[in-house]
Amino acid sequence: MKELICIVCPRGCHLHVDDENGYAVSGNSCPRGAAYGKTELINPTRTVTSTVRCENGLYPRCPVKTDRAVPKALLREAARALDGITVKAPIKLGQVILEDVCGSGASFIATRAMPAKAPA
Amino acid sequence: MVYDLLVIGGGPAGLAAACAAWESGLKHILLVERDRELGGILNQCIHNGFGLHHFHEELTGPEYAGRFIEQLSKTGVEVRTDTMVLALTPEREVHMMGAKTGYRVERAKSVILAMGCRERTRGAIGIPGTRPAGIFTAGAAQRYVNMEGFLPGRRVVILGSGDIGLIMARRMTLEGAKVLACVEVMPHPGGLNRNIVQCLNDYEIPLYLSHTVTDIRGRDRVEQVVVSKVDEHRNPIPGTEMVFDCDTLLLSVGLIPENELTRMAGIEMDRRTNGAVVYENLETSIPGVFTCGNVAHVHDLVDYVTAESEEAGRAAARYVLEGGAKGGPVLEVKTGENVSYTVPQHIRPQNVENRCNVFFRVREAGQESEILVESEGTPIARFARDHVAPGEMECIALPKVLLDKAAGSLTVSVRAKGGTAQ
Ligand SMILES: Cc1cc2nc3c(=O)[nH]c(=O)nc-3n(C[C@H](O)[C@H](O)[C@H](O)COP(=O)(O)OP(=O)(O)OC[C@H]3O[C@@H](n4cnc5c(N)ncnc54)[C@H](O)[C@@H]3O)c2cc1C
Ligand code: SF4
Repeated sequence: MKELICIVCPRGCHLHVDDENGYAVSGNSCPRGAAYGKTELINPTRTVTSTVRCENGLYPRCPVKTDRAVPKALLREAARALDGITVKAPIKLGQVILEDVCGSGASFIATRAMPAKAPA
Repeated sequence: MVYDLLVIGGGPAGLAAACAAWESGLKHILLVERDRELGGILNQCIHNGFGLHHFHEELTGPEYAGRFIEQLSKTGVEVRTDTMVLALTPEREVHMMGAKTGYRVERAKSVILAMGCRERTRGAIGIPGTRPAGIFTAGAAQRYVNMEGFLPGRRVVILGSGDIGLIMARRMTLEGAKVLACVEVMPHPGGLNRNIVQCLNDYEIPLYLSHTVTDIRGRDRVEQVVVSKVDEHRNPIPGTEMVFDCDTLLLSVGLIPENELTRMAGIEMDRRTNGAVVYENLETSIPGVFTCGNVAHVHDLVDYVTAESEEAGRAAARYVLEGGAKGGPVLEVKTGENVSYTVPQHIRPQNVENRCNVFFRVREAGQESEILVESEGTPIARFARDHVAPGEMECIALPKVLLDKAAGSLTVSVRAKGGTAQ
């Protein structure tokens, strides 16, 4: 039996996961908690949020996220994969910034529209 | 021209209030924002976890703000960015200075205050030591890293375990800095459990509970931070000092509602919320002036900010289209056992449609608790909670039928289930 805190929503339910009996979850207040408890022990994943260098934009950084969760072991590597990349504004919301991040199949996508800098 | 409504602040509170007022029939609305774009603090909160209540999906801060900016752009609400409101008078005259429009005074039939919060600083909590560079509030560091593209330092200690500090611990780590410790004076973390797990535990960042920063060393730049254990009265215990070699200290020690304009207008304030005293419809002591979001009381979840602000927007529309609040009795909402504040502080039952939401925070965490609402000593409603904590705002909905029967005052208290007053 493993004890976990569910991180799917701010409620933070205390989960008990029976890793010897098909990962049965108790202590969850909703089905998403049961799914989380199971994946967290079998193959823990996280959505990665970070920023990428942006030229000619309203701001010099554009926020991005992975379009699906990636294995927890890849968190730092995934963020580092953005280091060498520079995008050019304007950027559209949801625009793909980097495909197949560290071989995970997930892509980094822009989480805001980044307009071009107003001409001075 | 006299505007129907003037909204001060274009964060999630101002955006939701303006959209709701428009949908409720107001046609001359002006939204004023001092920053260069709308969205407020959400633009720098690039992590996900927003919108689970409101949109039933997990969004990042910019995505959440983006949805409301999009919604607003489909209305006829006039927006002035790069414009700072300087003064509000009791007659609802709003003085502002705009980069393009210069100094202007606009008049409005109703005003919504949605100025948000600023962060508590080192000065506000009195940390000893020298005054070198390298000390930032966590929110300022968040803006540098996520929007401006500067990394404030390479070896970091974080004081305070509020959500913003926890989020920044992860953020600085992902950007290549080493976060040595997160230090919290209380015996329990200030932020949500999920953030302890996914921001500290995921990256093996140690959390020191019942500890505080007792010295900052360094001449031009932070060189060392001294951390000591504290006793139950939060006094540092000599001999427990730990020295961290670092170049940066981030402070995540709380938010203060930005109520200078509110005070200037002579609006009645509540020392417990640091916001205005409000009625059931978020109206302040000046009729036609409403307040919502973080400037009214500090929220941890933007979803609640949205719900509250839509209510304020609808109330402003009712005020302009149907006239001021109905008379009748006014119930004072009092804080009872283990409750630190309530919003609203006054309820006029005649103005409540079906139910009235009351937001509050507990002083101390507890399990298996009961929320009790009494009117002059007589219990009128009870609500059960599995757990309560100061870091998580509570909300109860009081039905109109109960409010109509109440008289004088309402007292909200929280105690262990089945127990009596302690
Ligand atoms: C640094 C920081 C990080 C946060 N992180 C999270 C998080 O991760 N998750 C979460 O749910 N909540 C977070 N919060 C809480 C968050 O503030 C609220 O959820 C929400 O953003 C509050 O909305 P608001 O519109 O009331 O305030 P804000 O978003 O602060 O918006 C207020 C707006 O009013 C403008 N303004 C103020 N004064 C004037 C003036 N005089 N004239 C013109 N414009 C003015 C400001 O520029 C700002 O745009 C954070 C808060 C801070 C301060
Ligand atoms: S189990 Fe459901 S309610 Fe509980 S924290 Fe997880 S997602 Fe939230």
